[in-house]
Amino acid sequence: MSQKQRKQSYWRIVWNQFCRDRVAVVGLILVFILFVIAIMAPIIANDRPLVASIDGRVQFPILNKRDNTDWAKLEVSSEVWAVWPPVRYSPTQIDLAAHLMPPGGGHMLGTDDRGRDVMARMIHGTRISLSVGFVAVSIYTVIGVFLGALAGFYGGRVDMIISRLIEVMMCFPTFFLILTVLAFLPPSIYNIMVVLGLTGWTGVARLVRGEFLKQRKIDYVSAAKAVGASDFRIIFYHILPNSLAPVLVSATFGIAGAILTESSLAYLGFGVPPPAPSWGEILSQSKRYIDFAWWLTIFPGFAIFLTVTAYNLVGEGLRDAVDPRLK
Amino acid sequence: MRLRDYLTRRLFLIIPTFLGITLITFLVIQLAPGDPAAMKLRLSADQAVMGDKVTQDIVEQTRKLYGLDKPIHIQYLIWLKRVVTFDFGNSFKDHRPVIEKIAERLPITIELNLISIFLVYLIAIPIGVMSAVKQGTLGDRIVTVGLFILYSLPNFWVAVLLIMFFGGGEFLNIFPIYGMATPGIETAPLLSRLADHLWHLILPVFCLTYGGFAALSRYQRASMLEVIRQDYIRTARAKGLPEKLVIFKHAFRNSIIPIVTLLGYLLPGMFGGSVIIESIFSIPGMGQLGFEAVLSRDYPVVLAIATIAALLTLFGLLVSDLLYVWADPRISYEAEL
Repeated sequence: MSQKQRKQSYWRIVWNQFCRDRVAVVGLILVFILFVIAIMAPIIANDRPLVASIDGRVQFPILNKRDNTDWAKLEVSSEVWAVWPPVRYSPTQIDLAAHLMPPGGGHMLGTDDRGRDVMARMIHGTRISLSVGFVAVSIYTVIGVFLGALAGFYGGRVDMIISRLIEVMMCFPTFFLILTVLAFLPPSIYNIMVVLGLTGWTGVARLVRGEFLKQRKIDYVSAAKAVGASDFRIIFYHILPNSLAPVLVSATFGIAGAILTESSLAYLGFGVPPPAPSWGEILSQSKRYIDFAWWLTIFPGFAIFLTVTAYNLVGEGLRDAVDPRLK
Repeated sequence: MRLRDYLTRRLFLIIPTFLGITLITFLVIQLAPGDPAAMKLRLSADQAVMGDKVTQDIVEQTRKLYGLDKPIHIQYLIWLKRVVTFDFGNSFKDHRPVIEKIAERLPITIELNLISIFLVYLIAIPIGVMSAVKQGTLGDRIVTVGLFILYSLPNFWVAVLLIMFFGGGEFLNIFPIYGMATPGIETAPLLSRLADHLWHLILPVFCLTYGGFAALSRYQRASMLEVIRQDYIRTARAKGLPEKLVIFKHAFRNSIIPIVTLLGYLLPGMFGGSVIIESIFSIPGMGQLGFEAVLSRDYPVVLAIATIAALLTLFGLLVSDLLYVWADPRISYEAEL
């Protein structure tokens, strides 16, 4: 056996194991595509052309936010041409004449009650869902890891206090608490991220605490103590990397959960402030037109479902990949 | 540690948790922009029906209600006393005692959630067990995928879809989508009133149930798989016990312990679900009351609901832990505190 093969790192093994699970890989690809859509949203759906040339003058209207030209009326000739994004509407472009149009015609997924293109709103809504999921879970993973590590490593009184704190937070109906706090705050995407982050950490904290309780009795910790490593170093350099795998798994499921929560909040009217588009907000419009406007229900709901499923698939694959017992 | 010591300790630990819960709701009051009194003033200003003197009176009343004119630690003690005596003041909206409003709405939420929890367990346990026993077969795989999909479906979307397809409009009109009773049914005989009630329950209960049983079936399956791998199951098989006995007497009974004790952890989620589902189906329960209170910034109601729900959950967790001790004599009391 060559040196290289023997030195295969733990995460390399996990990755190889993960790749064997085809369904999980599909989930990962889906997540990747969603991120690409989110990042490229202004290029995919915009009411301004990517590149336009008028009388030989080439310009990039998509970059010029103050541009008030009505590009839709642009008349193409040999001197005048334009390259359009695939979806020729912006998510906030109101066209009352074309309100509540069913899919087909100019609007692939129909329009909402202000004539805004649902496709464009869905594409831009990807940004809200993905960023809220990612940031909120990052916040609570950091909090959870920190508190869980302290509780598990020191035990005794520290553990007692932190465990009570976990129990207190677990008792609250989280969704209702989030609603209440958001009702006090001005509507903004950052408030949603922070409130989701501050209320979601108990699961991670319990997990990390359990891992640390197990790990701190293992010899390598005593060895590190014996050579005089500081508590900080032992916690974050020695033990934490060894207990990161389950945290990563729970964070992946957590993102799915956070996306669900964000869309529920938006559905109830506590999402990002208008006119910013989000999937939950499009769905909330469907309430009023439920008799006929099926496109306002089906498409955004399916987008939420697809995203949540993708993250859950990745989470499942990761869980099986990091768990040596399940091989 | 002996069982009795564990129980005493567990019961005593409720005190700090209870204080923590009241402290958090107290902090939420402090977080309110301005203070509740000023908020209430703005609320009345919106309604523009009250004179200056009246609004001033309301501010004073509210200040007194929350003790906002006193130092902060005294304010907390006042809040604590109010929680203990279940005195949550009057609603900003209709000036009725909050506790009375909640008592009115609680039964229907409890009914919905009890039915849902019962159905969750009734469906989840057999599915999980069968799926584990037949691990790897086509049936197991179909069930696993199906549960996975159910688990990822947003419940408010499912609710809206059900209303769209089964609640009239362009599609089928099978189920009622509004409230808990058909208007005018009050005079009908008991049996048809009961049938009408059940008819109204079907859609909301379905929405509250499917996510829970999908999650729980997966736990049950994992738990059963874990147990089946144990040595004592191999022993039972080796000594020639029929497979049925091994599965249902030896394995099943042990696999169900962690599932039953999950009950307490289900509660906070169930209430969150009630908020959305009751709002969508216009069911006059605690969830709808809470959501309306949040919308109209009716703080006394909001805080009372958050506090009561948290205390109910605290009780649920305690029952869970006690169930665990009762069901599984092997657990070490040291570790699980």
